[in-house]
Amino acid sequence: MDHSSLAGRIFRGIALALVLVFFMFPIVWILLMSFQSNEQILRIPPRLLFEPTLANYEALISGQLKTAAGNLQLTFMRNLMNSFILSSASVILALLLGVPAAYAFARFKFKLGETIAFTLLSFRFAPPLLVLLPLSLYYQQLGLNDTYFGIVWVYQLIALPLILWIVRGYFEDISPDIEHAYRLAGHSWREAFTRIAVPLAGPGIAAAGLLSFIFCWNNFVFALILASADKQPVTVGALAFVTASGIQYGQIAAAIVLSVTPTLLLALYAQRYLVEGLSLGAVKG
Amino acid sequence: MARLELTSVDKSFGAVSCAKGVSLTVEPGEIVAVFGPSGSGKTVLLRMIAGMFEPDGGDILVGGRSIVDAPPEQRGIGMAFQNFALFPHMSARDNIASGLRATGAADIATKVAAMSRLLKIEHVLGHRPRELSNGQKQRTALARALIGNPEVLLLDDPLRNVDAKLRYEMRLELPSLLRRSSAAVLYVTQDYREAMAIADRIAVLINGRLVQVARPEEIYARPASVAVARLFGDPSINLSEVTPVVEQGRLTAAVAGTLIRLDAGELSSAMRERCWLGVRPGDVVVTRHGGEGAIPARIVAVTPIHERAVVLLRFADGSEWLAALAPEALEAGADDDVFVRFAPEAALLFDHASGDRIGLSPRRQAA
Repeated sequence: MDHSSLAGRIFRGIALALVLVFFMFPIVWILLMSFQSNEQILRIPPRLLFEPTLANYEALISGQLKTAAGNLQLTFMRNLMNSFILSSASVILALLLGVPAAYAFARFKFKLGETIAFTLLSFRFAPPLLVLLPLSLYYQQLGLNDTYFGIVWVYQLIALPLILWIVRGYFEDISPDIEHAYRLAGHSWREAFTRIAVPLAGPGIAAAGLLSFIFCWNNFVFALILASADKQPVTVGALAFVTASGIQYGQIAAAIVLSVTPTLLLALYAQRYLVEGLSLGAVKG
Repeated sequence: MARLELTSVDKSFGAVSCAKGVSLTVEPGEIVAVFGPSGSGKTVLLRMIAGMFEPDGGDILVGGRSIVDAPPEQRGIGMAFQNFALFPHMSARDNIASGLRATGAADIATKVAAMSRLLKIEHVLGHRPRELSNGQKQRTALARALIGNPEVLLLDDPLRNVDAKLRYEMRLELPSLLRRSSAAVLYVTQDYREAMAIADRIAVLINGRLVQVARPEEIYARPASVAVARLFGDPSINLSEVTPVVEQGRLTAAVAGTLIRLDAGELSSAMRERCWLGVRPGDVVVTRHGGEGAIPARIVAVTPIHERAVVLLRFADGSEWLAALAPEALEAGADDDVFVRFAPEAALLFDHASGDRIGLSPRRQAA
């Protein structure tokens, strides 16, 4: 294909623009909606020019939702906080458990090793709905229902396999000789792990951590069933906008913008690591 | 300093046997090259000493003390790897100092400076491994292995990945460098020239077995078997199947139809059904003049290699030999008919079945 011909360049430009519009339009539209009142949003035909309002954000942050049927209490900010707590705690726990496990799977061949690793991965195949009912019964028996710990634990189903399998690939890419050399220089295997293997797999660990954070953040069903209002993340909290007097599109849009922003910023910041980290083999020294 | 001893060490991975009853002693200050074709178990042997693999049987002793159960960091071993295995996230300086830091040694900076001066890498100490040339990487890896003053030094084909010029330089430099440390040195290589240039003794490893351990000149002059003879020498030794007979009280053998007198020795031991006769290309003389003991041949091709001409010769029976000689000593060109001679003492005889050398010709005195 001739990239330099004028027709080719125009065609490429149009194609790229179409793809960009297709993917960016919903996000831009939501952003615009978040600055409009419900009446402005429901106007037909919709207009691009409008008088922006911050009422939606005010309502979310103050927790007071004014509807035609009266004032409603919103726990959105609390939900947002819960999302942070749950996702961060889950990723930290999954890293603490998953990185050493990934190292073990990468470096040592042991009985049932592959089976265990695959079983852990298979947690990602099973639809969450399949395990939800028994899980909620167990949780009620164990008293884990509606606790941060309980949700963080169940989020390990999401985060742990991801971290385990991505980071394992990274450890496998590091020449074992580098660790052997470090041990022969007089260091224990623990030091070889923390000072050689972990720093060298750093980009991979960062990428895996980031991905699992986003997956945890986006989770809906586990928190819906296993937690009550004061422990629920934004994904579940957004349900509150479907009120008796109608759907609060403006607030939903503002809530989406607020809840997407942290992961979006995180992904943008870590984009370099993500690309570097997800293309295996990039860590070779 | 301590001596390194291996006593009948065995190791196999599944059905593949990598070491069969390997026994070897390396004195402090001695350099022993472990030489053999690829896949002969050289690296596995080194890794068992370093503690990366556990031997299935036998024992490994340093200074009379078994190290088989000790973790690698407590074995007092320095090692340089074929792929360098530098720590990519540390500067050359930190790479070299890593061993000293672990033991909490004093004067780390002074020692690193002295070692890097010795290896001529002072100017790159601040660089990361990826910014170093292969030669510099290799010197950094050597410095890292040497700096802790280990009792045993293991070098796994350290010159494999550096360019030819540097390899020649390092072959000259390494022996004195290694002797400074008075460690027991095991040096793995796939290059017989490197083994001969660097080592005090060469241990030839074939399929997990030590087939000969001797001084370099002795291995070259008196290889224990056909396999060893083939490994030493480039171009490799010419081999012809012969059946020695006694004629007029002399041991003779027919090579390509011409009776050749062999060195007199213990005739009885050479009176076998069939033998391999080996003559190194460098011992083959190509002349235009016939006479007793001259085998008629035709020059098929002449290839100049380095300062030598390698001549491919074909005998009347179709078998081929190589001769390596100075170009000015060659009186003929391709397609010319010539005669081939060799001194009786240059001929090596090997048992046809076992491949073992028959103790017939003492050849040159081993130095």
